[in-house]
Amino acid sequence: MKRNVYLDCQSSTPVLPEVYEAMLPWFKEYYGNASALHELGVRSRKALNQSRERFAAAIGAERPEDIVFTSCGTEANNLAIKGSVYALEDKGRHIVTTVAEHPSVENSIAFLEKHGFRATRVKVDRFGRVNPADVEAAIEKDTVLIATHYANHDIGTIQPVEEIGEIAERCHIQFFVDCNFSAGWLPLNVNRMKAGLVSLSPHRFYGPKGVGVLWKARRSRLISIINGGIQEENRRSGTENVPAIVGGGVAVERASAEFSARTAHVAELQSRLWNGIRSRIDCVCLNGAPLGENRHPCNLNVSAEFIEGEGQLLLCNASGIAVSSGSSCVSRNLKYSSVLSAIGLDETLAQGNLIFSVGKDNTSEEIDYVIESYAGIVERLRGMSPVWDDYRKGVIQSKISQD
Amino acid sequence: MSEENSLYNPIVMDHFLNPRNMGDLDDADGIGEVGAAACGDIMKISLKIDDNGRISDAKFKTFGCGSAIASSSMATELVKGKTIEEALQLSNKNVVDALGGLPPVKIHCSVLAEEAIKAALDDYLKRHPEMASRVAAAEAAKEKKA
Repeated sequence: MKRNVYLDCQSSTPVLPEVYEAMLPWFKEYYGNASALHELGVRSRKALNQSRERFAAAIGAERPEDIVFTSCGTEANNLAIKGSVYALEDKGRHIVTTVAEHPSVENSIAFLEKHGFRATRVKVDRFGRVNPADVEAAIEKDTVLIATHYANHDIGTIQPVEEIGEIAERCHIQFFVDCNFSAGWLPLNVNRMKAGLVSLSPHRFYGPKGVGVLWKARRSRLISIINGGIQEENRRSGTENVPAIVGGGVAVERASAEFSARTAHVAELQSRLWNGIRSRIDCVCLNGAPLGENRHPCNLNVSAEFIEGEGQLLLCNASGIAVSSGSSCVSRNLKYSSVLSAIGLDETLAQGNLIFSVGKDNTSEEIDYVIESYAGIVERLRGMSPVWDDYRKGVIQSKISQD
Repeated sequence: MSEENSLYNPIVMDHFLNPRNMGDLDDADGIGEVGAAACGDIMKISLKIDDNGRISDAKFKTFGCGSAIASSSMATELVKGKTIEEALQLSNKNVVDALGGLPPVKIHCSVLAEEAIKAALDDYLKRHPEMASRVAAAEAAKEKKA
């Protein structure tokens, strides 16, 4: 029987029923512009401020006014990076980042490099983890920003952000942490991270799309990169998306309240899925950190050798299973995930990549269905693969290391 | 999965989900393998060619995405029953057209299918010099005519 199993929660999640309900009045009843001075405007502004309080509380920030709403996580990352270096231009023009960033971080920095700024991209180890000592060594006299992520968007590896934060604090450098893939799922405290800027993406923890969040420490310097009116205290021009901001606020509150239950549940499913896959399928590897404290509890990034990722994705889809892939055939630019190349994964294994990300609503019964289906899919594609034949005949060896 | 929400058109999906001529030919007369796993596609085409130079059977094995598998499946369908001369004329566009179109970024899959067919034919012609001269003579005659 065909099922529908959604295992792409790191791409997006459905909104919670209470999020949806909370958003509704702000479309048709309370539609005032939050900058307006009449009653409807003030009502919207109050709703925004309530959301600010909710976000601030969820990340351990003292001042709700340090929360800036944007249109999405990508915009929050652009604002954090470009807004910081333009604000700090008089102090220097160098950025320290890593080779494993999300495109919204990497491409923001690449853009700045075309406009006279410089960047050093610190390497990651084969699990995708940055060594804080490498970050420190990359700092130059005119470094004004250290930009990295908490949990990796692709392989789920968790970075030692607190240690990097200590270095940033000691060297008096603004520190931006992209938490778009970790908020709602990992313990997040801006003070423990010693961060100066933190971004969040509510649609990845059961909030709506159309809103991103940037927290900015009082001491951090930032200028707006979108020019217009004085919304968001001059830090982000443009009319605020009130329904989405209200929904995001409810989502972040629920994420904090249900944090332990959600994370325990997804970690159990993640482990069930990986154990099932590796016991049923030969020549399959886990990309990123081992399951446990250094890995996002939702993320399972695997490579099945001798087959390609898009075929796996399409056959999963035909079995009602929604997943992602970092293989080049799935991307529109025909390049496989840069994170997979950053961890030094063999190119053919990168092509056989598939990303499962579990969520709070998945069940162990669904996971068992996925294991069963996926084992059949791999077998079917290997049956078509000339490379699998070569492996079976001993012409080529497996590239998966056995350690 | 509804058709209108699919990445590929129904013909491509059909050839991906129900590939024609998948497998190997134990007594193949010509085998062509093109592509590289690092680029995401490897296609292997096996041909059985009779004494009159007609392709009596064709099989494929492919490491690659949905459109690579569909392109190989369609290419083998298109060359079955054709003479060597006819099969050498197969272009990637014939494969794309027969599939009812491919997304622009996937056109290279059809190019690979054309190359795999040609590599299999070349392999056969290397093993059969007499047929190679016949094909070359026919080509020359055609060019003269043109």
